[in-house]
Amino acid sequence: MTHGQNSSRRTAGWAGIHRGHRARVGERLAEIGIFTVSFSAIALIFLIFLFVGREAWPILIQSDSVNSAAVQNVIPSGDLPKLSREQIRAYLGIDAAQLARMDSETIRDLMLVREEAFASLPQSLQMDPDARRNTVRWPLMIPPHQWAGYSRPEFIWQPIGEIHKYNIVPLLVGSLKTTLIGLAFAVPFALGAAIYVSQIARPRLREWLKPGVELLSGIPSVVMGSFALIVMATVMQQLFGYETRLNAFVAGIALGLAVIPLVFSIAEDALTSVPRSFTQAALALGASEWQAAWQIVLPAALPGVFAGVVLGFGRAVGETMIVLLVCSASVMSWSIFDSARSITTTIAAEMAEAVTGSHHYRVLFLLGTILFAVTFVTNLLGDIFIHRLKGRLEGKR
Amino acid sequence: MSATTIPNRPRLRGIRWRPVSNFFSGLTGLATFTILALLGIILSTILVNGLPGLSFRFISTIPKRDFFEPGSAAVLPMIVGTTIRVFVMTLFVIPVGVVTAIYLTEYAASNSLYTRVIRAAVNNLAGVPSIVFGLFGLGFFINFIGLGFDSLTHQAGPQLGQPCLLWASMTLAVMTLPVVIVATEESLKSIHPGLREASLALGATKLQTIVRVVLPNALPGIFTGGILAISRAAGEVAPILFTGVAYYMRDLPKSPTDQFMDLGYHIYVLSTQSPNIDQTKPVLYATVLVLLLLTFSLNAIGIVVRARLRGASRSSH
Repeated sequence: MTHGQNSSRRTAGWAGIHRGHRARVGERLAEIGIFTVSFSAIALIFLIFLFVGREAWPILIQSDSVNSAAVQNVIPSGDLPKLSREQIRAYLGIDAAQLARMDSETIRDLMLVREEAFASLPQSLQMDPDARRNTVRWPLMIPPHQWAGYSRPEFIWQPIGEIHKYNIVPLLVGSLKTTLIGLAFAVPFALGAAIYVSQIARPRLREWLKPGVELLSGIPSVVMGSFALIVMATVMQQLFGYETRLNAFVAGIALGLAVIPLVFSIAEDALTSVPRSFTQAALALGASEWQAAWQIVLPAALPGVFAGVVLGFGRAVGETMIVLLVCSASVMSWSIFDSARSITTTIAAEMAEAVTGSHHYRVLFLLGTILFAVTFVTNLLGDIFIHRLKGRLEGKR
Repeated sequence: MSATTIPNRPRLRGIRWRPVSNFFSGLTGLATFTILALLGIILSTILVNGLPGLSFRFISTIPKRDFFEPGSAAVLPMIVGTTIRVFVMTLFVIPVGVVTAIYLTEYAASNSLYTRVIRAAVNNLAGVPSIVFGLFGLGFFINFIGLGFDSLTHQAGPQLGQPCLLWASMTLAVMTLPVVIVATEESLKSIHPGLREASLALGATKLQTIVRVVLPNALPGIFTGGILAISRAAGEVAPILFTGVAYYMRDLPKSPTDQFMDLGYHIYVLSTQSPNIDQTKPVLYATVLVLLLLTFSLNAIGIVVRARLRGASRSSH
């Protein structure tokens, strides 16, 4: 409260002093320059949204320009005179300017190429109704679909192959699964440690414990993932005796380890920011230190603890290298001991083989857009919770 | 366990023994020490298995293609690549981050809508997943700016419209911007307002005050921000996957438009692409150790320089 007043008075003071001086051109220019640069953070958020979204845009609006059907519709080249220019343009998937530059001979050649390409496809694919579907349509990307050769409708992500299957549900489930396992492991430990460090440990011990736990965040995620792959996976298989060595459980625990320092830091900050008088009052009334921490300090700091959990969720959903290293088979399964493929892993593993501008490339950017939207919301929620905590402790609410 | 967790301050020792409270207190202590133990296990496993593989040859030679074999593995190009990319990154991120922080603390009214939006943007930027930064680098830097520039200059082949050191560094600069802004802002706020007032009272303009009085005093904080950004960026792999890293290169990168090899990415390659993982393990551990030593030593340098700068600025007053 007092701090806020101070700083606003200071800025007002600045303005007054500034007005008192003769406004120099250089001063003014510098101020404009500094103002412009300060816009960069806002601009970057917009640019990220714009440029990740831009590549995914044709799929988001379900534009006809992206067609991932394995077998494209074929019109015999002899029918060319019967077609309107608009039909030719749509059939060849080119824009009007390109079409204007072509003579009828070129168009006929292009149509012949399409015919030959169709003829060279295996017979089974020519007959398969699924091969004619544009697989980047929502009805094929979200609900399950019974593909030829399957006995029931299924969620399948299988971008490589003759028919490109882009159902995103297995990836969402994979992300959710690993993240929830990670949080289920990380939150109790991080919260316990935050309570211990901020409320129970003696000050001298606290000075060692806090940086100690935070040191965990200094381990790069690729190192954590590699450690999980080489060491943890084997140890945990021996401990729990499950079948698949690399599964969502191992990935989740490794994710949890990576998220612990973040959740711990935020929760510890929140608990420490609760005025000491709360604890002292509780202790004076005969509460034990644990009772004071659990029944007085923790409820007061609850929004901050929520913020830690929410931001931890965002961090775990967005974590790439750990899940990429530990498990990557895209299986649609809710079992924690099966493999899982998260959104991030899919982007990281498949972007290298996706041709720029292709449907695969655009679907991967769509995944990126979803991810960005999810973390945008979690960050916002985290912010709101932290503000609520501040308001609560300053007695504004 | 309980001996460390029962508060042994005299005023509490006299109070009656409370098993439930002590049990839960013990549990929180247990959580803390479990985390520390896991950290210890991870670090010591890496240290014990990595040290034997570490040699002068290992960190000072350019390996042949079969970098999976302990006999021929080496990491010089990866050390060079990682080091260059983080330093190029600081060239972009520090000026932008510092100027933004100056605006926030010295110019903006502290509670205006604009500053609140900036702060929200900074917080949000800090939470964007690293892989999304990678996509952004690919979509914006390479496909938009790079290809756009190439078509303007009518290059024969792609020069800037392809993954390279420059774009990887700039992508990382975007990612670490919040780190630098927050650290600089904190150090600017901690400077006593009296210093600014004294400077202004002596007739200096606002800009002169900022450049000659405020910034020199904020130097330790700015430096810390840079170091934090570097140690965050050094271990990141996801943002550079599509923006510049190479699986293998025969030579060290020579220009900003070259691709580069990277320690973190190399760890990924060693862990997943090896034809014989048991044989590669010592190499993997040694590479992990090199990366950790690099990030930890950067942090250590940061702490030392910061202490020096702080000492110097204190004694000059």
